[in-house]
Amino acid sequence: MNAPRRGTYLNERFGALAFCPGCGHAQLVKAIDRALVKLQPDPSKVVIVTDIGCIGLSDRYFITSAFHGLHGRSITYACGIKLARPELRVIVLMGDGGCGIGATHLLNVARRNIAITLIIANNLNYGMTGGQHSVTTPFQGITSSCPEGNIETPIDLCATVAAAGGSWVYRGTVFDRALSDVIVGAIEHRGFSMLEVWELCTAYYAPRNKLDKKGLLSLLDRSGFKTGMIANAPRPEYSEQLRRIGRKKQTLLRNREQPIKEIYDNTVGKQIGIVLAGSAGQKIRSAATLFAQASMLAGLNATQKDDYPITVQTGHSVSEIILSPERIDYTAIDSPDYVVLISQDGFMATMDRFRRLTEHCTIFAHHGIELPQTNARCYSIAFAAASEPIGRNAIVIVALAVLLQISGLFPLEAFSDAIRRFSEKNAREINLHAVRIGKELAKKTKKE
Amino acid sequence: MGREFIDGNRAIARGALRAKCDFFASYPITPATTILQEMQASLPDNQGIAIQAEDEIAAIGFCIGASMAGRKVMTATSGPGMSLYSENIGLALMCETPLVIVDVQRQGPATGSATKGADSDILFSRWITSSGLPVIALCPATIEEAYELTYHAFNLAEKFRAPVIVLSNKEISMTRETVDLDRVKLQPVINRNRVLPDEAVFLPHAFTRPDEVPPFADFGGDRVTRHTTSTHDQAAYLTSHPRIIQEMIDHYFAKIDSAAEEIARVKTDFQQDAETLIISYGITSRSVAVAVREARSRGIKLSSLVLQTLWPTPEKAIRSAMTGVKKVVVPEMNMGQYRREIERLSPPEVKLVGVAKMNTQLLTPQEILEQGTVL
Repeated sequence: MNAPRRGTYLNERFGALAFCPGCGHAQLVKAIDRALVKLQPDPSKVVIVTDIGCIGLSDRYFITSAFHGLHGRSITYACGIKLARPELRVIVLMGDGGCGIGATHLLNVARRNIAITLIIANNLNYGMTGGQHSVTTPFQGITSSCPEGNIETPIDLCATVAAAGGSWVYRGTVFDRALSDVIVGAIEHRGFSMLEVWELCTAYYAPRNKLDKKGLLSLLDRSGFKTGMIANAPRPEYSEQLRRIGRKKQTLLRNREQPIKEIYDNTVGKQIGIVLAGSAGQKIRSAATLFAQASMLAGLNATQKDDYPITVQTGHSVSEIILSPERIDYTAIDSPDYVVLISQDGFMATMDRFRRLTEHCTIFAHHGIELPQTNARCYSIAFAAASEPIGRNAIVIVALAVLLQISGLFPLEAFSDAIRRFSEKNAREINLHAVRIGKELAKKTKKE
Repeated sequence: MGREFIDGNRAIARGALRAKCDFFASYPITPATTILQEMQASLPDNQGIAIQAEDEIAAIGFCIGASMAGRKVMTATSGPGMSLYSENIGLALMCETPLVIVDVQRQGPATGSATKGADSDILFSRWITSSGLPVIALCPATIEEAYELTYHAFNLAEKFRAPVIVLSNKEISMTRETVDLDRVKLQPVINRNRVLPDEAVFLPHAFTRPDEVPPFADFGGDRVTRHTTSTHDQAAYLTSHPRIIQEMIDHYFAKIDSAAEEIARVKTDFQQDAETLIISYGITSRSVAVAVREARSRGIKLSSLVLQTLWPTPEKAIRSAMTGVKKVVVPEMNMGQYRREIERLSPPEVKLVGVAKMNTQLLTPQEILEQGTVL
């Protein structure tokens, strides 16, 4: 069953268009209506999104769905609507004001090529607030906020959007006879389309600058800005690409997620804190996670917090691990039970803690790190030398294996098991080797 | 899934997916960034969309548009991004747009400490936008609660056609813990009411009683619908009529305020004859749990009330917990933002003691006991 052909997409609810006499917006709204009549879409499948400014008064005249949004942000809502429902025709009506405050969205929608239609009603100033200058006000143009003449160079919106990757860009005026056909072209483009329409603001800009139709056309001519079709270069649309990637992702296996069963025993009677400190790039964080997962295999609960600079491969990397047979409420370590130091960076980052260490704390420090006087028990161990056969990335695993072997918190086998289950594939064998090295190293290690 | 070792941000993403979230947009910001990564890794499998926007304003704008087109949407940020969300949160309140906003709080103000925790945005979340319309804000204390409350936030957003803020904290979102999310009990998924009346002209904000939640028409559905950021009537057309404007404002208030008890979630650990009560929320409530055990082991009677809903204020639960106690301690990982809410509700004879710290470190159980003069 075909719906009857519509003669207009404007409603009669509000009577005549309430724009100032001679305002270009009225002509533009009528041209959009003529374009919709040509296309005959179902009104519920069209969303007209308007921005703030006089053009924002226009959505109420259409019988389609509509959204009048925040100043400069209409493009963002339109993108959300289009991404959510690609079958809809989404048309944004924005003024030159919106192009200033929302310039980033203008550039980014062009760059992404999201298939919305943007129609810019460019009347060269802010009509709604009394005629202040906008980003498109001509140089030396007179407005209420630059009565001596505009000293700012206007943005060539079309050239800017074309440079940002706009796949369909057109500049015209409300006086163009074929404006509605151009609008049809913009709506039918399979990608982002932008149509900039120059207009007269008969309330402010036109009288202040003694502009009429002829004057506006002459001004456009003198601006040096191109008119007509400025870009028409179809390329893949954003949401189509997004869906294609989405399908590909479905075939990828999710990461090594598996429940952690309680397999091994442990000797941990109360909540204990372990501080693991080294250098960025030493795999401190991933080793801490493996250690915590191992403790879970041994029936414990664990927490892990990491501290590192925003850079990679530079500076310290510190992980704090808490183990407990009970649920862990307080996740800070005020007084660690074990400190594992595998580099000078790690020591520098944790130095503040040392004067508070008690005799209940055991330190496993890399050979050569000069520790301050503490009450803690200390082991000084040549982790790096022992790790030579397996490389720098596994030093931390060696150190944690030493800690486990000496402390007896839970079996080393749990650590190896966690490595087999959760370690990156390319690091698995090295890490398992590191556990064996740590076990041997622990046997040779004596307290200082 | 069973026992696993995950951080709060992963749990937040899981909660969203479990609630059938199918649209996510955000701008990268520590400590919320990994929510974007989790959603990007997961959503395409669920016919969803997860994208990185050019800024926070675009992120929430995308979400609002997608929600209006029928998606279940979420965005995630930290304090600086909340500032940029502000105007659009006002719009979402006004357009009655379901929307879940995760604020992984960090030490503020401004850029503050990007990788350090604080409950910086407790009052900010309440007064985030012009007009003072009521908002809903939930505050998890654990990773399980981050999962559960994110899930629940979707139900509230859909039920009340409103933005709902989840106030996480770096200390929850970026800490890994042993959890078993299968053991978290969840209510059934709620979707917005889409049963539309037959009338020729659809009213996007239809209500008879001010506390009614209007049915929602998706963009692209069978009915033409409208939304507007401007002061409007039930048909979503601009109005300057003072009576209608007041009716709409009353509606926004009544819708949330009348449901305050339904939205209120608290956890209680009361002790008979305790003269001291600790009221806390979020990550600090976990230090409180340790402090309470410590005090009780020393023979001190002590009660604890933990708030999971911060806005609207769970007034009834707070008032009831304060009945009969002599002292209320309010420890916070900020300079005492929620204390004034408690103060407003406390009987004159109750002594209120705030414990405030905002140096990126957790309040220790000892600080709570000592500065709260519990010992």
